[in-house]
Amino acid sequence: MSLTLHPTIGLEVHVQLMTRTKLFSPAAYAAGAEPNTRVHAIDLGLPGTLPVMNAAALALAVRAALALEGDLQKTSRFARKHYFYPDLPKGYQISQYDEPYCRGGRVPLGDGRFCALQRIHLEDDAGKLTHTDMGTLIDLDRAGAPLIEIVSMPELHEPDDAHAFLVSLREILRFCGVSDCDMELGTLRCDANVSLAEKGKKLGTKVEIKNLNSFKMVQRALDYEIRRQTAVLAAGGRVVQETRLWNDEKAETRSMRQKEFAEDYRYFHDPDLPPLHVDADLVNEQRALLAELPAARRERYAREFALQGYDVEILTQEKATGDWFERAVAAGADPKAACNWLIGDVQKHARARGCSLDELPLTPLALCQLLTTIARGTLTATTGKQALQYMVEHATDVDGAIAALALTRIVDDTTLLPFVDAAITQLPLAAADVRLGRMKALDALKGHVMRATKGKADPQRLEVLLLARLRAEP
Amino acid sequence: MATIDLRSATAIAGAVHDGALRATDVAAAALAAISSRNAATNAFVETFADTAMAQAERVDARRSEGAASMPLAGVPIAIKDNLLLQGHLAACGSRMLMNFKAPYTATVVQRLLDLGAVVVGRTNMDEFGMGSSTEHSIHGSSRNPFDTTRVPGGSSGGAAAAVASELCPIALGTDTGGSVRQPAAMCNLLGLKPTYGRMSRYGLVAYASSLDCIGMLAHDAEDAAMALLSAGLDPFDGTSRIEAVPDYRAALRERTDLRSLRLGVLDGDSTGIEDGVRTATDAAIATMVELGATVVRCSLPHDRHAVSTYYLLAAAEASSNLARYDGIRYGYSQRGRTLDDGYERSRSEGFGREVQLRILLGTHALQAGYQHELYGKATKVRRLLQRDFERAFADCDLIVSPTSPIVAFPIGSKLDDPVAMYRCDALTVGASLAGLPALSVPCGFAEGRLPIGLQLTAPALREDLLLQVAHVFQQHTKWHQQRPASCR
Repeated sequence: MSLTLHPTIGLEVHVQLMTRTKLFSPAAYAAGAEPNTRVHAIDLGLPGTLPVMNAAALALAVRAALALEGDLQKTSRFARKHYFYPDLPKGYQISQYDEPYCRGGRVPLGDGRFCALQRIHLEDDAGKLTHTDMGTLIDLDRAGAPLIEIVSMPELHEPDDAHAFLVSLREILRFCGVSDCDMELGTLRCDANVSLAEKGKKLGTKVEIKNLNSFKMVQRALDYEIRRQTAVLAAGGRVVQETRLWNDEKAETRSMRQKEFAEDYRYFHDPDLPPLHVDADLVNEQRALLAELPAARRERYAREFALQGYDVEILTQEKATGDWFERAVAAGADPKAACNWLIGDVQKHARARGCSLDELPLTPLALCQLLTTIARGTLTATTGKQALQYMVEHATDVDGAIAALALTRIVDDTTLLPFVDAAITQLPLAAADVRLGRMKALDALKGHVMRATKGKADPQRLEVLLLARLRAEP
Repeated sequence: MATIDLRSATAIAGAVHDGALRATDVAAAALAAISSRNAATNAFVETFADTAMAQAERVDARRSEGAASMPLAGVPIAIKDNLLLQGHLAACGSRMLMNFKAPYTATVVQRLLDLGAVVVGRTNMDEFGMGSSTEHSIHGSSRNPFDTTRVPGGSSGGAAAAVASELCPIALGTDTGGSVRQPAAMCNLLGLKPTYGRMSRYGLVAYASSLDCIGMLAHDAEDAAMALLSAGLDPFDGTSRIEAVPDYRAALRERTDLRSLRLGVLDGDSTGIEDGVRTATDAAIATMVELGATVVRCSLPHDRHAVSTYYLLAAAEASSNLARYDGIRYGYSQRGRTLDDGYERSRSEGFGREVQLRILLGTHALQAGYQHELYGKATKVRRLLQRDFERAFADCDLIVSPTSPIVAFPIGSKLDDPVAMYRCDALTVGASLAGLPALSVPCGFAEGRLPIGLQLTAPALREDLLLQVAHVFQQHTKWHQQRPASCR
């Protein structure tokens, strides 16, 4: 007997908000700082300390909820989640339980489909333990860092869709400046769960998977887990409700703890924190700040600028790239040319300098002027590149570069003819081919002149002169 | 050096302000009084002699520089063992925090220092505020100055004993369910618990966060009004209230009688109230009527559930607030064979019996299977009780009752019966649950020597009215002037 089993996947994603200070304390958290140097008395849970809500964290949380189209709650509550562990200084985590600040929402999967969200809530992070030969070391720098937890509805059925969900979620949250979503730094962390059941039947027993350190690992672990559970059920076995750890080297999950004794967190509303209010002013302010999301921007670029495929992908990957591009277009640049130059030479210069586009000593206006100069014929594509390099290196505009490099295109015959004649003399075989009508050989002659003039020769005039000379000569 | 009267903060601040006394002389006098007479009551558990003298010198220096006015110039104050002063121990009467040195100063303490006060030391208390007798303390029991075989009340019993035995004129206590008002009543003092959120809790070691309130003990309304200058919004306490703090001392001069005051007297169960207490408080109400007040009958239908509601909510919050004492970062610590074993040993040895009892009760009340029935129901009763008070205040300005149903009891007499101890709070926990301001003012003696207190409860933020009425009452009575034998 063969069963047609249908997997259902849920994701819980923790994202660290890009605030200067922690969720409830004035300590400035930075990943990778010296251990225990970013700790306020509040983060240590010292007697007499009280948490005070960081308004900047709430603003970013609201922005995330708007970006993910969630239903913001006017009033929400913080609750204490109790458990004993050395990385948890207060003996409880401050989280949201029965009254999260956002219900619902959705994440686009990139192909027109969406995965709905159950909720988004705010909570503070725990510290970190490092187990060494000397014993376990506690670093409380991260304790109190501001997190939002995004919980999906059990609507995903393929590991590929889980991967698409995460890629899309990261893109949106980075795009609107909520978080840098860096899994290596731990500013995005993901737990997955999966259950199998016959299609149409109620959900099967859920297994949680932890230790997922990249989106690829999420996908691989889900693939493995679906195979494992399918095998268990096919053999007539029963899936145990448990948490399993992914081992990427061995490419398998193994049981961490079974959930027979469900932990009781004894949630209750935190009496130190008044109810959290999200008012219309805050929502409007964040809505105004909320950038156009990548999917909408891609659609608009195709429509407004007649750009396609690869160009649009590259321009919308980072918000800054698209913004820079749009400033150049607004200054009057041709969209296609601006796109080609931006994703080509301009980004190459930025990468070479290890700086962002905005830090590059080249304004979108300066690129626009360069493109206009090329369009007018004053510069060629080749001299244009030289001009750009000079502009970046000397922080000057196109006129400055042209003057400094004497890059003006050579159009007058008296200057060009000696180069033309020299080419014909130097490449007699090519000249002979052209005379016999093998026009491909003309490129070799043109290339010779271009090299000799450092790319300044006007290509059209050059061709006219070459053909005239070759016809005139024996 | 002439002896300095340590009864009146107002008199001391006036004299220091006028240059008749130096703050350093006052501080030295208070420290000397404590070292010679503290043993009788065990009110203070430590004096801060060096820092107190340094603070007093600063007050004198600021005065000679013509600094802005210091309303509490040179006034020696005591702080309860659960309030933080940077660099000093704050043990909360517990082995758990025996060696805990405060790394920062509580907002309210800092405000009083800025106003010119001098902190002379810390006073004894029931462990983490859990008790009504100041017997549950790692520092040993405190004793009532009016009868040293009896308790001073609690949990701010050390504070009450310190002011009553005239070692300093003002002491800061904390009141979660009556812990300022009840010891004030038992030690013949005025004890004020302000509106919840009126006093910043930053630097007050939490017992039950939704109930905890810093309060003050003094001999009279003027001195209490002076200490209340430390009220007001604190950016470090999200539950502190934003309303401006009026000049409570000026308000005292606005009233010389009680005309037009409607006093609410509660209908209902008076079982458990001792005859002497009932007689004295009835007489006090009669005095107030003579002064112009009218009596209105009122009722708080849910008040009969107040004690059980209070103990359930306070224990639930305590079980959470005290979870941080795990022996890992600070506090009493015992290594175990395993992580859990270490937690267990540190907490079993670090906490006293009453604290462990309440942690267990609170943990139970919050457990998944019981939360709805216990904690959930208690929060509902609390809201109903708050509504009862709102309705009652539609018909009266203040509610009047005894503060404590009983007078100070012999040390050790209730230790084996925690429920009997809890019932001592029957009349004070209502205002705590409703977050309302209440005070206790001396109104008589049982057997001629055991003080009795009258409790006044007002609508939120009406500390001004409480202090006015107490002030008028004290102007026309002499109970608060009666001193313990050791001070006569």
